[in-house]
Amino acid sequence: MASSIANGGGGHDALRFYLTKTAQFVFVLATTLLGLVAVTFFIGRIVPIDPVLAIVGDRAPPAVYARVRQELGLDLPLIQQFWIYLRKAVTGDFGNSVLTTNPVMTDIANTFPATFELATLGTLIGTLIGIPLGVLAAVKRGSLIDQFVRFIGLAGYSIPIFWLGLMSLLLFYAKLGWVPGPGRIDVTYSYLYTPVTNIVLLDTAMQGQWDAFWDAVSHIILPACLLGYFSLAYISRMTRSFMLNELAQEYVIAARVKGLSEMRVIWRHALRNAAVPLVTVIALSYANLLEGSVLTETVFAWPGLGQYITNSLQNADMNAVLGGTLVIGTVFVLLNLVSDLLYRLLDPRTR
Amino acid sequence: MAGAPPLPQPSGLRAWLLSAEPNSRWQARLGRGYLGWRSFTKNPLAVLGLGIVVLLLFVALFADFIAPYSPVIGGDLRTQRLLPPSETFWLGTDDQARDIFSRIIYGSRITLFVIVLVSIIATPIGLLVGTVSGYLGGWVDTVLMRITDIFLAFPRLVLALAFVAALGPGIENAVIAIAITSWPPYARIARAETLMIRNSDFIAAVKLQGASTPRIIFGHVVPLCISSLIVRVTLDMAGIILTAAGLGFLGLGAQPPSPEWGAMVATGRNYLIDQWWVAAMPGLAIFVVSLGFNLLGDGLRDVLDPKAAK
Repeated sequence: MASSIANGGGGHDALRFYLTKTAQFVFVLATTLLGLVAVTFFIGRIVPIDPVLAIVGDRAPPAVYARVRQELGLDLPLIQQFWIYLRKAVTGDFGNSVLTTNPVMTDIANTFPATFELATLGTLIGTLIGIPLGVLAAVKRGSLIDQFVRFIGLAGYSIPIFWLGLMSLLLFYAKLGWVPGPGRIDVTYSYLYTPVTNIVLLDTAMQGQWDAFWDAVSHIILPACLLGYFSLAYISRMTRSFMLNELAQEYVIAARVKGLSEMRVIWRHALRNAAVPLVTVIALSYANLLEGSVLTETVFAWPGLGQYITNSLQNADMNAVLGGTLVIGTVFVLLNLVSDLLYRLLDPRTR
Repeated sequence: MAGAPPLPQPSGLRAWLLSAEPNSRWQARLGRGYLGWRSFTKNPLAVLGLGIVVLLLFVALFADFIAPYSPVIGGDLRTQRLLPPSETFWLGTDDQARDIFSRIIYGSRITLFVIVLVSIIATPIGLLVGTVSGYLGGWVDTVLMRITDIFLAFPRLVLALAFVAALGPGIENAVIAIAITSWPPYARIARAETLMIRNSDFIAAVKLQGASTPRIIFGHVVPLCISSLIVRVTLDMAGIILTAAGLGFLGLGAQPPSPEWGAMVATGRNYLIDQWWVAAMPGLAIFVVSLGFNLLGDGLRDVLDPKAAK
């Protein structure tokens, strides 16, 4: 980057600089995605279960066995098998699920919106509470609220999410009766709307089914708060450290000398500069919630991608497991990419 | 200042440790260790973390003497199933009439087994990949770091899930799966350290003396990377415990009747509403132990790597 500036910053050089950057970017993205496919392919090959036997059963005559083996492409050299797998993966064809008999991609398309809904709400909660908490902790360093944020952060890194989920169900559902039990929506409401986006909150709201909407809200609130807590733990801790960094800068002193109110200095000047790295943190925490959702969905019987993967796991349905893993990995990569791009876009120093 | 009492002169062992002119390399090293220990003990939370970890080691070592009952063989199924915490069964009993306290005590061995094995497998891999990649640079660096990034691109639990699904459930396979997902961050750290070290004068001097590349990497680069890696691994141990417990909870880690904490929580799930202690107690153990490792890791980082503490 420095060299392109040293070259005089001519339009030609700048163009070449951006082209090389873009090429690098595409190379990194392509190799990462290729690697993801390769890893899942490799995992699929080390399965001790013989996929042919799983289909034909152990009493099939050798001729049938050989034919099925050929149909599955298992007689081809490994590299050719990988090529076929890759070509199919690019078009989103991960084979059929043994458990549901649907194509894996259809299942994923049906379950992913539920995970998306949960993770989005969780990140929203974590961001809306985590950033103000982190800012307060940095401003009142060493105070009670700072200790509190430190504690929340530490606990968030140490509590098993599935256990906290169970305990919150015990408290808020069984003992206090504040929320309905596991699941996404009550059966009585589940036929009142037609699933369009598969995001229940959106579907019910768009179709004006407000009773169903509020029932869905009461179902999602506990798992979303749970994921929100883990996101909050991370976001508030990072906000605190970014804000401490900004508050020590000279422009903050300058703003104070100018006579700006402390509120304005903190929220308009310091936070604005801390916001740039925070975007990255929020995107990362969003990606982490995808992981957290695997266990959370199991606890709350939430029909999302995480539950789909764990259900398939327990039934040795490898196509579904690998397809789901690949989709989560891809979303993870794309989220990292988006955070990287936003960082470049928002921070003029990286240009 | 004539009236002020004279400053107490340090004497004995402390003076020897803190001596400004140590007589041997050993004395200097011990002195540095002592200074580190002093700043470590100034942090009460870090000491608490160390206490929890030491307690875990102690409990795992002497489980046979501490646990009042067998972790696997239960009591009378007619009268001792799902009893609430009491004086005879401190943390209650589970659905097989087994004492939950004893099971948690023995479960500490499984937790320790997982942590130790994962760090023994993952740390050297990360160290090797990171130092070689950072020192050699060029296409070796590109290839190794691309591979590292691919493994980083999967959420850890999901990748471990996929590996265990392929290898089959069981504690050994869970360890392998967690180790496979743990090394990439270590490689990244080791590489970053190596990049700083490789341009220093002493490396140039060693090179001029004719040292071979492996000798430079293993004799001079690796030892300098170890301290920041230890901090990272300690901070990671809580994550390892949580991942292992998550796998256990999903039924993919240690198999019954082994008293693995995550699997115990999964059993308790069936009795959550009326017999809450079955799920609550093992989960609490997971929480306390990972909190201990987190506190210890934070404290170690402050001592060994003061720059990162801010």
